[in-house]
Amino acid sequence: MRLRKSLVMLVYLLFVLVPIYWLVNMSFKSNREILGGLSLWPTAPTLDNYRVIFTEPTWYMSYLNSLSYVSMNMLISLLVALPAAYAFSRYRFLGDRHMFFWLLTNRMAPPAVFLLPFFQLYSAVGLFDTPIAVALAHCLFNVPLAVWILEGFMSSVPKEIDETAYIDGYTFPKFFIRIFLPMIRPGIGVTAFFCFMFSWVELLLARTLTSVDAKPIVAQMTRTVSASGIDWGVLAAAGVVALLPGIAVIYFVRNHVAKGFALGRV
Amino acid sequence: MKTYNNKAWWLVLPVFVLVAFSAIIPMMTVVNYSVQDIFDPSTRYFVGTEWYREILADPRLHDSLVRQFIYSFCVLAIEVPLGIVVALSMPRRGLGVPFSLILLSLPLLVPWNVVGTIWQIIGREDIGLYGWILNSLGLDYNYASNPRDAWITVLVMDVWHWTSLVALLCYSGLRSIPDVYYQAARIDRASHWAVFRFIQLPKLKNVLLIAVMLRFMDSFMIYTEPFVLTGGGPGTATTFLSQTLTQMALGQFDLGRAAAFSLIYFLIILLVTWVFYTAMTHNDDKG
Amino acid sequence: MAEIRLEQLAHSYHGAPSNPADYALRPMDHVWEQGGAYALLGPSGCGKSTLLNIISGLLVPSEGRVLYDGKSVNDLTPQQRNIAQVFQFPVVYDTMTVHDNLAFPLRNQGQPRERIDARVREVAEALEIEPLLNRKAQNLTADEKQKVSMGRGLVRDDVAAILFDEPLTVIDPQLKWRLRRKLKEIHQRFNVTMVYVTHDQLEASTFADKIAVMYEGQIVQFGTPRELFENPQHTFVGYFIGSPGMNLLDIALGTSGVEFEGRALAVPEAAVARLRQRPEGRLQLGIRPEFVQLVAPEDADLHGYVDLIQDQGTFKIVDVRLETPSAPVIKVRLEEEAAVPDGRIGLHFPEAWQRFYIDDHLVEAADEDL
Repeated sequence: MRLRKSLVMLVYLLFVLVPIYWLVNMSFKSNREILGGLSLWPTAPTLDNYRVIFTEPTWYMSYLNSLSYVSMNMLISLLVALPAAYAFSRYRFLGDRHMFFWLLTNRMAPPAVFLLPFFQLYSAVGLFDTPIAVALAHCLFNVPLAVWILEGFMSSVPKEIDETAYIDGYTFPKFFIRIFLPMIRPGIGVTAFFCFMFSWVELLLARTLTSVDAKPIVAQMTRTVSASGIDWGVLAAAGVVALLPGIAVIYFVRNHVAKGFALGRV
Repeated sequence: MKTYNNKAWWLVLPVFVLVAFSAIIPMMTVVNYSVQDIFDPSTRYFVGTEWYREILADPRLHDSLVRQFIYSFCVLAIEVPLGIVVALSMPRRGLGVPFSLILLSLPLLVPWNVVGTIWQIIGREDIGLYGWILNSLGLDYNYASNPRDAWITVLVMDVWHWTSLVALLCYSGLRSIPDVYYQAARIDRASHWAVFRFIQLPKLKNVLLIAVMLRFMDSFMIYTEPFVLTGGGPGTATTFLSQTLTQMALGQFDLGRAAAFSLIYFLIILLVTWVFYTAMTHNDDKG
Repeated sequence: MAEIRLEQLAHSYHGAPSNPADYALRPMDHVWEQGGAYALLGPSGCGKSTLLNIISGLLVPSEGRVLYDGKSVNDLTPQQRNIAQVFQFPVVYDTMTVHDNLAFPLRNQGQPRERIDARVREVAEALEIEPLLNRKAQNLTADEKQKVSMGRGLVRDDVAAILFDEPLTVIDPQLKWRLRRKLKEIHQRFNVTMVYVTHDQLEASTFADKIAVMYEGQIVQFGTPRELFENPQHTFVGYFIGSPGMNLLDIALGTSGVEFEGRALAVPEAAVARLRQRPEGRLQLGIRPEFVQLVAPEDADLHGYVDLIQDQGTFKIVDVRLETPSAPVIKVRLEEEAAVPDGRIGLHFPEAWQRFYIDDHLVEAADEDL
């Protein structure tokens, strides 16, 4: 049984990793080699593709742009979702259920629906082509998700903890920051991971709300088509580079995530 | 028991303001467009429900709606069972846990257009591993010209991209089952199937609800990956709702029709999700 | 139905245990006879649950063997050992009815339907959960769930033994007592070996014919409740059994005999002789509070003043603080109506109830000393 389980896992991981390997493989090849035929590993490994990414300002700036709006989004989502999730997990109040469901419906809104209105809205308030516009737009689906996940984690913390703290003379903000947040750290880790993930990989809104100054890496990647065709090598290298922050995030939160997945009802 | 306290609204207010700014204002714009015919910003006519009637009769919507439902159904039918199997196969302790978690998460962290690109390459018969293997095995596989192959490729791509999410969610559900349940099952001489059926599946119900809903919503909104992979083709074989909509709004700048389309689209997702939700939580109420 | 024998059994959760503290269970030999009702008594963390899980096969011991009827079962799974175990917290299959929960172990064995129904009804009746049979298990209260868990353990009548791991923790006191009686009845009716883990001496002595007391990964004594009370083999048994536990005084061997903080104590000559044979180690004198006598000061070797009187309803516990330099407290258990003298009093330890310990282990008295 154990052997069969490991085998299933191994086969699945292979299925997951082969395409990613193919991307990495390609990123070390020249375009000529890529289009020249099938090769399982680079016959003439080259770093030229990466050199392009790290030396051309349009590339590395787009990378930084993405990082900036994703971190802004993570921060905003967590900041507003934490108190709200606390309210949903601890209190009943006028319209709470409707509010919760309404929040969730925003997770269901296809981004395509909002493209044009967003474009007009952010142009009107002068935020078009800034990272903050993308960060705010991504809040549309990340905030409801964050509230949803955090609410699950908070509900698993006994209410007696709150009551004891208030009896001990803690004010709400002090209790919330000093006692409550440390208790749901795994939940915050999991939430941050999901916010990062959904914001980092999104293309449609990010591309629509930016043009030059705040162009994200995902949009930059769609512009590797030139007169000589698609620049596969650079595109692959950009893809690999785009994977790195995600790996870093999941590496940092890995213990939280393992534990978080065990506690919450994510 | 939760206490009733309307002051809790103050805690929810930031979320409300933020989401209202991002959702209600644009939504009003959409509603506004959907009842007008706009030639340029200063020339617009109120047309009532005309756009809606047109859209509902539009074969483009019907076609992509049918494709969309079949696609979402296939996605759920494959990814949910597969995700459960993968979650059951996860190591339970030791170094393998963070290792598998990180590797499993990789597809989720790939930007969506790169997902399309990866599969665009790997499916090609000349320079892609999978395409090459399939053709070497004597199958005439070409996702760019054969609608069936294109469709299967988009589906496999989605499975590759998203099954990890279902697996991670199920893994979290499985981790919340105390060891003593498994011990009791061993003492009771339960078969592996009985352990799954009577211990693991009941505990997975909640996370499965979330997984099914997320996967339904997201597969129903899929845009970027098939757009990059096939551009919706060949023909319209892989043109799903979001792409039809984007073509209408940005390609043809057909704002009124696109707006009406948007609202209908949104309502369909809402309705289906609601049906899922009530169906899956129905048994709880009955007790 | 089996006799369960442990041979040089030990367990460590560490990969390579280097000192005794690394062992959750220290090497032990032990026999549970077929058909007995046994309790495994000890404080939390003493290894009793570990031992239980090793017997049932949920844990594989790192050293030694477990034998059922003389045959090693080390390599057998719990399924193959055919053993029942009831856990501390209720484990029920939420989606099944109570009836299906009880029938589950029998169905897994592929028993015929009529037999299953008959057995389920028999057990449900014994546990008084017949009215619940058609209810979904997830809607039961905690103690109803625990009864169902116990029922699943009792429903199989061919098991080698039934193991209980503090099964009454979540049950309220009134019901606890009834359920314990039930278990005892079931034991007598089915003649099956039962091992009952608990940290409660009352629970152990009402359920079991013989009790194994565990302390720091070892069985320090195995005997009837009476033996544990009268003749504790280890200071821990003296302290853990009885309420309050045994009085223990650190003594020394002087020229005149046994001394406590410089005062000579009246002890049997034979005991002194035996202690002299093994002069090393920590010497202790133990006496149960029930046997300490309060006497006039001039009739005693030790003196003190009453510090505190606790009235327990049917008896009282008197704390007497001795005059000696470290001023230890001796607990004395008196009848409810007995008078407690004022002022300086004397304490008398009857020789028959004096017990001597070297490094916590009893110095056995030869028969003629008693």
